[in-house]
Amino acid sequence: MKGKIEKLIINALVDYNEELENPAYGNPDEKTRLYSSEGGMDSIALVGFIADLEERLAVEFNKDIILADERAMSQKRSPFLSVQLLANYIENLLLESEE
Amino acid sequence: MSNVILITGTRKGIGKELAQYYLKNSWNVIGCSRGETTISDKSYQHYQFDVSDEKSVIKIVREVSRKFGKIDVLLNNAGIASMNHLLLTPIDKAKDIFNTNFFGSFLLMREVGKIMTKKKNGRIVNFTTVAVPLNLDGEAIYAASKAAVESLTKISAKELAPYGITVNAVGPSPVKTDLIKVVPKDKISDLVSKQAIKRLGEFNDVVNVINFFIDKNSNFITGQIIYLGGISG
Ligand SMILES: NC(=O)c1ccc[n+]([C@@H]2O[C@H](COP(=O)([O-])OP(=O)(O)OC[C@H]3O[C@@H](n4cnc5c(N)ncnc54)[C@H](OP(=O)(O)O)[C@@H]3O)[C@@H](O)[C@H]2O)c1
Repeated sequence: MKGKIEKLIINALVDYNEELENPAYGNPDEKTRLYSSEGGMDSIALVGFIADLEERLAVEFNKDIILADERAMSQKRSPFLSVQLLANYIENLLLESEE
Repeated sequence: MSNVILITGTRKGIGKELAQYYLKNSWNVIGCSRGETTISDKSYQHYQFDVSDEKSVIKIVREVSRKFGKIDVLLNNAGIASMNHLLLTPIDKAKDIFNTNFFGSFLLMREVGKIMTKKKNGRIVNFTTVAVPLNLDGEAIYAASKAAVESLTKISAKELAPYGITVNAVGPSPVKTDLIKVVPKDKISDLVSKQAIKRLGEFNDVVNVINFFIDKNSNFITGQIIYLGGISG
């Protein structure tokens, strides 16, 4: 499932980058930085990206997931740092919602 | 495709009139309330849910977005009031009021805001009341919940501006609906006498302000609170 989530994030990033035009997202992979001081998105771009991603997840997995929940906001290492961390985080949310 | 407007609290009162008004003006209207719908029209769709229920809000906003592909306008009209002396206000009543008035508006703004963000365009109008600037006694909790809505309006106006979304609020003076039915007559006339223009508000007065806020030319108007009847903040 993790691979599928990563792919979904990467696809979303490629589409979103048509608007952002950030060279760092030219050819994204799982290591690509998202919200980060090193060439990633700023907070305004991140908010738009998260909104878009939530909707894609709802369509793909038929689950209404909120990405910016309390845990995400209070984690020491933000899940929004990279594609990989975000994919891990989403996988956990999806597994939990199945319980 | 015609414009899509989501109005909360459309079973009765101002919300129902707003829904009927925008239907007449060829909008697609999405309404909601805890109770059953009282409107039937081919361009109207009703959802029965409590605006303070996060799960329902998320589910329904996504459904609407999938169906129409956009939401142009959100009117956070659903609201409840209660006249009570502070010393006689049960905590549950106070929580109910905040749940609907504040958390309901917040949740809808959050979820509809996500949809509007993608279009880089949107208009949100919240509902406050003249009880806030007038500091009406007997309405501490109601006015406090609406004061919270006003802060939410002004601050989210800044946060949502980069996405082309404006957020404003209308603050009606007394308008004859069930909401003020329980308020004693002398209280109402006392209140009206504090207005610059001393009469009851009408539905048209409310819609006039909303139409200004949601006009496409109002893209430079955000974070504003407009009270009716000449009350100023
Ligand atoms: N009338 C006035 O004098 C006046 C003055 C100042 C401000 N306002 C504001 O104007 C707005 C409309 O008031 P109104 O006079 O039209 O009130 P109203 O006649 O009492 O109608 C309230 C509407 O909101 C719905 N509603 C209430 N709680 C809800 C919830 N938790 N979830 C979903 N829907 C809910 C109700 O339907 P259900 O009961 O079926 O849920 C109803 O359709 C409110 O925000 C109010 O604070 C009114």
